[in-house]
Amino acid sequence: MDDIQLLETIERYLLGELSPTEAAQFESMRKTTPEIDQMVAEHSMFINEMANYANRKNFSKLSEITFNTLFDAGAWTPVNEQSTTYKVIQLWHRYKKVTAIAATVGGFIALITTIMTLYFSPSLNGSQVLQLSKAIEIIKTNQLAQGNLLNEVKTKLPENAVLISGGTGFLIDTKGYIITNAHVLKGNKAMVISSDGKELNADIIYTDQAADLALLKINDADFVSPKTIPYSIRKKTSELGEEVYTLGYPRNDNDIVYGKGYLSAKTGFDGDSNAYQLQISANPGYSGAPVFNENAELIGIINTRQKQLEGVAFAIKSAKIFDLIAASDKTNGDFKNLKNQRSNSSSKSDRKKQISNLEGYIYNIRSFN
Amino acid sequence: MTKKVKKIKNSHFGLLLNYLSINTLKAEYNEHALLKGLANNDSKAVETLYKCHFGMIQHFVTNNNGSFDDARDIFQEAMIALYEKVQHESFSLTCQIKTYLFSICKHLWLKRLQQMGKYSSPLNSEEEAISVTSDIEEAAQKDAAFDIMDRALNSLGEPCKGLLEGYYLNKKGMQELADEFGYTNSDNAKNQKYKCLMRLKKLFFAQYNIGD
Repeated sequence: MDDIQLLETIERYLLGELSPTEAAQFESMRKTTPEIDQMVAEHSMFINEMANYANRKNFSKLSEITFNTLFDAGAWTPVNEQSTTYKVIQLWHRYKKVTAIAATVGGFIALITTIMTLYFSPSLNGSQVLQLSKAIEIIKTNQLAQGNLLNEVKTKLPENAVLISGGTGFLIDTKGYIITNAHVLKGNKAMVISSDGKELNADIIYTDQAADLALLKINDADFVSPKTIPYSIRKKTSELGEEVYTLGYPRNDNDIVYGKGYLSAKTGFDGDSNAYQLQISANPGYSGAPVFNENAELIGIINTRQKQLEGVAFAIKSAKIFDLIAASDKTNGDFKNLKNQRSNSSSKSDRKKQISNLEGYIYNIRSFN
Repeated sequence: MTKKVKKIKNSHFGLLLNYLSINTLKAEYNEHALLKGLANNDSKAVETLYKCHFGMIQHFVTNNNGSFDDARDIFQEAMIALYEKVQHESFSLTCQIKTYLFSICKHLWLKRLQQMGKYSSPLNSEEEAISVTSDIEEAAQKDAAFDIMDRALNSLGEPCKGLLEGYYLNKKGMQELADEFGYTNSDNAKNQKYKCLMRLKKLFFAQYNIGD
C-alpha cells in the first residue's frame, strides 16, 4: 500500500467511512503495525487541528460580514480616540530632559568603552588564554575535592543491598506520599533521591500491578515536608494535540531531564482507555515520570513506550491516581488536601520557572532487596 | 377587613416575585439560546451579539486611547474566543455574556496598549469585569495553532491551497473541485488532494513540533 492510499484509508477510517469489513481489517493492521497506529493518532490530531482552523476561519468571515452589514446600515457612529496624542505628548514633554541626559551618558560610556577596548585588547589576548587554562586547573582540583566529599557521605543503602530497578516518582501530598509505576519497584524495598541529591528511605504502601501504579511514603527523619504541592492533578481527560512535558531521571547520575512533546491520542497501546499516547522521547528511567500540560497540571504518568517506534510513549491518565488512593488502605484523611486540591501555583509562570518549581517534587526512585 | 387587605398585598407580592423570576429565567434562556446559536454559526446570533454589545466595547476602547478600528478588531477577537469556548461540550459560562465579552476585551486591550507602550493605569471603565486569565491563555494557545496552520497552508501555493481549502473549509465535493481546478475526473482530484495533504502535514508538524 503506498503512502497516499494509506493516508486515504486512515482519513476514511477516522471519518467512519470504511465498511465494517474494511474497518475490521484496518483495525487488525493497526494493532500489528505500530507505525500505522502512530500515523492514525497523528492524523486524528491533525484533522482535529484542521477542523479547528476551518471553524475559526469560517466564523471570522461571518463575524466580519455581520459587522460590515451593521456598520453600513448605520448601527454605530465611529467616535475616534479622544486623548491619545495628548497623553503621549505630555509624557514626552515630561521625560524629554531625562531622555536627553540618558542618551548623552549612553553615548559617552560607549565612547569610553571603545577607547578602552582598543587600548587594552591587543596586549591582553595572550594572557587571557593563559588565565583560562589556569581556571580549568582550579576547577579540576575543585571537582576532585568534591568527589572526595561525596564519597565521605555515607549512602543510606544497606550494605548488602542489591539494586534491582529504578525510575521516577513524584510527590502528591505534603506528608511525603509518592506515586510511581508498580514495575519500577521490582525489589521489595525502596529509596528515593531528591533532585538535589538527598537520599531518603521510603515504604512501599500499596501497589496495583494491573494499573501499574504504586504508592510510596517517605519514611525518613531527613525529609522536610513542603508547604504545598505546586501542581494540581487533572481529573478530566486532556485534549488531543495538547502540548505536554515531563521531568524524569533517565540517566545514571541524579540529573533531572526535561522532555517536551504533545498528546497524540486519547487512548494508549491497543486502544487502552486508561492511558494516553504521547509523542515524546522517553528512555528507560522515565517510568513513573509525571506528565504536565502547559499550565503545570499533572495529566499523566509515563509508563511504557513503543518498542519499535522512536518517540512514542504511553502515559497512565492522572485520574487513575485517585482510584489508587481510594483502593489503598491509607484513606485515613491524609489525602484530604489532595482530593480538594484545585489551586495550582505554577500555572501562570513560564516554562523555565515551572520546571524549577516542580523539580524539587520529583524523585529518583531506587528499588532493592 | 384588614385581613383581606393583607391577603391581597401578599398575593400581589407573590405575583411580583413570580414576574421577576420569570423575567430572569427568560433572560437566562435567551442568553443560552444565543450561545447555542453562536456555536452553530447562526448569523442571527452573531448579529444580536454585535448589536447588543459592540457599543459598550467601542465606548471603552475609544475612551482608553483607542480608535474605532481598534474596537472592531478587539471585539472580533473576543467573539472568536467566545465562539471557540462554546464549541466545547463541557462549556459553561459563569456570568452574563456582556460581562464575559467585556472582560476579554479589557484584557486584550490592556495587553495591546502595553505592547504599544501607551499604557497608563488604571483604565477608565464603568463595566464590571471578571478574571479571564485561563480563557485568555487557552485562546492564545489556539491562536498559535491557528497561525501555524495558516502559515503552512499559505506556503503550499496553488493549486494545493485552493484544493484543501475547498475540501476542508468550504466542504465542497470532489467532483465540484475537479471541475473547478480542471481535473479530468474526481479520482484525479482526490489523488492530488492527498498529495497536497501530505505536504501540508509535513509543513504543519515541522512547525508544531518545534513549538515556539
